[in-house]
Amino acid sequence: MGVTTFLAQADELRAPAVDYGAVAPVLIVLGAACASVLFEAFLSKSQRWIGQVVLALITLVASGTALAIYAGDAPEQGTLTLSGALAVDRPVLFLWATLLLLSFGSILLIADRSVEPGGAFVAEAGVRPGTVQDRAQAAKSGMQTEVFPLTLFALGGMMVFVAANDLLTMFIALEVLSLPLYLMCGLARRRRLLSQEAAVKYFLLGAFASAFFLYGVALLYGYAGSVKLADIAAAAAGTNRSDTLLFAGFGLLVVGLLFKASVGPFHAWTPDVYQGAPTPVTAFMAACTKVAAFGGILRVLGIAFEATEWEWRGVLWGVAIASMLIGAVLGLTQTDVKRMIAYSSVAHAGFLLVGSIALTPEGLSGTLFYLLAYGFTTLAAFGVVSLVRDADGEATHLSQWAGLAKRSPVVAGVFTFLLLALAGIPLTSGFIGKFVVFSAAVQDGMAPLVVVALVASAVAAFFYLRVIVLMYFSEPAPDGPTVSVPGAFTTVAITLGAVITLVLGLWPAFVLDWAGAGAFIS
Amino acid sequence: MTTGTFAAAEASTASGLAGYAWLLIALPALGAAVLLLGGRRTNAWGHLLGCATILAAFAYGVALFISSTALDPEERTQDLHLFDWISVNALEVDFGLQIDPLSLTFVLLITGVGSLIHIYSIGYMSHDADRRKFFAYLNLFVAAMLVLVLGNSFVMLYLGWEGVGLASYLLIAFWQHKPEAGSAAKKAFLMNRVGDLGLAIAIFIMFRELGTTRYDEVFSRVGELGSGTVLAITLLLLLGACGKSGQFPLQAWLPDAMAGPTPVSALIHAATMVTAGVYLVARSHPIYDLSEDGRLVVMAIGAVTLLIGCVVGCAYDDFKKVLAYSTVSQIGYMILAVGLGPVGYALGIMHLLTHGFFKAGLFLGAGSVMHGMNDEGNIRRMGGLRKYMPITFATWGLGYLALIGIPPFSGYFSKDAIIAAAFSAEGWRGWLFGGVALLGAALTAFYMTRLLILVFLGQPRWKDLRSEDGREYHPHESPLSMTVPMIVLAVGSVGAGAFFALGDRLAAWLEPSVGPLEEAHGALSHTVVGILTVVLSLLGAGLAFALFGRKPQPATRPERVSFPVRAARADLYGNALNEALFARPGTWLTRALVFVDNKGVDGVVNGTAALLGGTSGRLRRLQTGFVRSYALSMLGGSILLLAALMMVRFS
Repeated sequence: MGVTTFLAQADELRAPAVDYGAVAPVLIVLGAACASVLFEAFLSKSQRWIGQVVLALITLVASGTALAIYAGDAPEQGTLTLSGALAVDRPVLFLWATLLLLSFGSILLIADRSVEPGGAFVAEAGVRPGTVQDRAQAAKSGMQTEVFPLTLFALGGMMVFVAANDLLTMFIALEVLSLPLYLMCGLARRRRLLSQEAAVKYFLLGAFASAFFLYGVALLYGYAGSVKLADIAAAAAGTNRSDTLLFAGFGLLVVGLLFKASVGPFHAWTPDVYQGAPTPVTAFMAACTKVAAFGGILRVLGIAFEATEWEWRGVLWGVAIASMLIGAVLGLTQTDVKRMIAYSSVAHAGFLLVGSIALTPEGLSGTLFYLLAYGFTTLAAFGVVSLVRDADGEATHLSQWAGLAKRSPVVAGVFTFLLLALAGIPLTSGFIGKFVVFSAAVQDGMAPLVVVALVASAVAAFFYLRVIVLMYFSEPAPDGPTVSVPGAFTTVAITLGAVITLVLGLWPAFVLDWAGAGAFIS
Repeated sequence: MTTGTFAAAEASTASGLAGYAWLLIALPALGAAVLLLGGRRTNAWGHLLGCATILAAFAYGVALFISSTALDPEERTQDLHLFDWISVNALEVDFGLQIDPLSLTFVLLITGVGSLIHIYSIGYMSHDADRRKFFAYLNLFVAAMLVLVLGNSFVMLYLGWEGVGLASYLLIAFWQHKPEAGSAAKKAFLMNRVGDLGLAIAIFIMFRELGTTRYDEVFSRVGELGSGTVLAITLLLLLGACGKSGQFPLQAWLPDAMAGPTPVSALIHAATMVTAGVYLVARSHPIYDLSEDGRLVVMAIGAVTLLIGCVVGCAYDDFKKVLAYSTVSQIGYMILAVGLGPVGYALGIMHLLTHGFFKAGLFLGAGSVMHGMNDEGNIRRMGGLRKYMPITFATWGLGYLALIGIPPFSGYFSKDAIIAAAFSAEGWRGWLFGGVALLGAALTAFYMTRLLILVFLGQPRWKDLRSEDGREYHPHESPLSMTVPMIVLAVGSVGAGAFFALGDRLAAWLEPSVGPLEEAHGALSHTVVGILTVVLSLLGAGLAFALFGRKPQPATRPERVSFPVRAARADLYGNALNEALFARPGTWLTRALVFVDNKGVDGVVNGTAALLGGTSGRLRRLQTGFVRSYALSMLGGSILLLAALMMVRFS
């Protein structure tokens, strides 16, 4: 038995067919991540930063090109590859493009060395900031560059996550995207202790959530006898087995997903981690992780649990309401800009969930559009936050932002525009995003939920407007922060985010068309 | 008189000279635009451009008129489509002009009198730093007024209606440094809003019931409407007319509007804009023809207003305000005339035209007197000016004779015809309205004679007085640019009435627009009415002479006076009435709303905000920073979620 039996079967084992064209974008990113590790090992210190930046940007461009080439003549329905483990369909292509674009902006923010001399990242976390050793380290090492392979691995994980067609692949992708993020959170040069605390918290709670996810997968396997989304859907639709297992599994699985998407009441890590992490990493997390998590939620709900929609929908209504209200209400009393945007992201997660549980084509395309729009707005917002500094690094306390418009009208103007987009004011992408998501929800019979969402938007608008009022109508503090002149990288990233926010607000039709080009396959 | 008559005067598409009718509006509009946008650079020649555009428009208007007289009467109504203006679902409004005898008549009046007053303004405003702006506003006014009369739909009329309201507001407040000018402008604007509301609702009703606002379509289909709807439209249109034309109960703004420069008073608040109400009723005559009750209200408003104007005019000591109340009263005659229906439409328009000449002349004369008297407006500080201003006296005197209706001056023909027509109304109405009109004629003669005596005759009371700025009065004749327009208008005051009335020239010309003038056969024959009118006018004039002309008058106005004089000095309590009916309840309503807003709405809003803030502050404490409590909250959330799912599952 054992080895001989196994060997006897060797002829029947065949490598699965791989549609390399379809998965090329992922392969390029993951391959580049490995190459990036080698860069870290073999390039001299003086060459590392430039080498890593060039590699990362080339990777994103190459991956994007591969994606564009494939999308040009991809089958309309999409394709399954790697024995059905990955599904490459229109929504996935859209999500991949979104992730690549947002990562491009994030990499630019991460790579910037002019705002914070030596970059925002540090390797030897035990060195206290401001000491002799710290200055020696900054002068010597240029910039810590492990963050680049970590970012690429996380991105690769996210891309697999949104395309995963069975729960095990999804779980592995979840870990691949999460582990680098935990590390990246702890790399801040300034406020190092806060950063490390954030990393540990994120790791512990992330592990906790992964356990929920995995337990849910186990129960669902027990119910359906398979971890493939399509099999779970088939089992739910066509068996008379007790579905206690199904719903218990569903609940635990969804908790794991909602955690990653920072949907309330599973959001507790969000403010602490957003605040503690280096701001470029926060931007990456807020933009890309949100896209990946909601991409996964959309796929799981839309494929595996479409048949049981009427059982779970009410429960997720409650979750969406809780998230919107927690985000909007708790945001009111925040005094730190990064925490405020974190609560704003909790509220936005609620709005996104509203679109996600409308299992209609409009709900899908609306949510995809919202993800793209929100991602760029929040990316640019964190980019601006990284510019407002005083002697101790970033000045994130709101009182330090008073009268900013008098000193730096351009930065204040851009931030005002981004805040208005977050509040959902017309002529910004935020308005269009909310509009398409809410109208899809109303069409799907969720009018009361939309009313709650609108009330929450109105409440949330208060804290965005408060910052605007603070910037324009308050006297500047005498020892207030200065605004750094951004380097080319940060400028490009902020401009990219702001311009896309504006363009999608004025002319959203073409992106809406792409977002609505097709449905999930399984 | 039925709408059928109108089918005969079906509009043809404008061709030839009429195809350029848009020039009438474009020329003054261009002038206004150049002067307003050009700014100070145009200061040197702005007034000349302002006059040139109007003169060109007048010249074109005359050419158009002459070419139109060559056509058959049926072909004189022409339609000129310029472009689609509003096109929203069922609402289709063209930017189109209707060139017909009625609108052409107004074009000639507006551009003709307008040209004279523009020329007069060159001299009158020569010392004003903002003369360019003044001409810009005057051009704007002329453009808007021409839109009003030339438009082929009620919406076009409304466009012009609001445009002249704007120009009027800007021009009343032209001397912004005077507080009374500012408040008069606001008053005019607000009281006009009341009227405009009526006009707007009338247009809404037409669109709702008929789906169109074009004159030809509305008038040909107005018979489909129920009598209640027709009555509502007539009353609402009348409300609009009352606001614009200073008719009861919205008459109070017009005397105050005299705070503007005198050319404005002459052009806008005497000759043209304030007669827009008469135009509106005459233009809408197919609607009024259908509603006996509507016309009765129109007549009543006209009669009440003409009496109010006369009575108040007897008591005022301000030169221009007396003339303003005279205007109110004369427009009352016109409204009364058009309210009489087919026997009166043409008469109303005729009086409108003759009044346009002599009242503009009277105002320009008043302006000339004030110009020579350090801008003094109080007639008790004048007297004996005939020796110092002979031309002004002569032209003003001719206008005076025309206004009080002495034959053969123009007012005699037009007013006498209205009075005679008023007597022709059925039963008690004839006696009532005829009697009121006759009484009005006597009162008119009385107050105008009083004005003549106090200003031009008697003792020169100004010799011992100083004007407000401490200067002595040196009355002198005005420059040519001012006297020539006065002379031209005086010619009109003398001859226009006879020209229009003899052989029913004007009525025949207007027939395609307002229908044939029906012969009035009343309780009193035309001859008897004519004799009565002249006799009563002479009596009124004689009484005024007996009271004011035989002994020297005080230079300050007597304070111990009888009740009627006190009432008249208080505008017959017109302002008090408005105050009690509209202003005070409005203020109360506003206060109540402010109270509700402060206590109720703000309370709810602030309460909600406080509630949310408080909740936020408390919930915030849950964010302890300890991973254990975060994990607990996640666990709690998961348990709740699972419990809810199970509940749904097993329920």
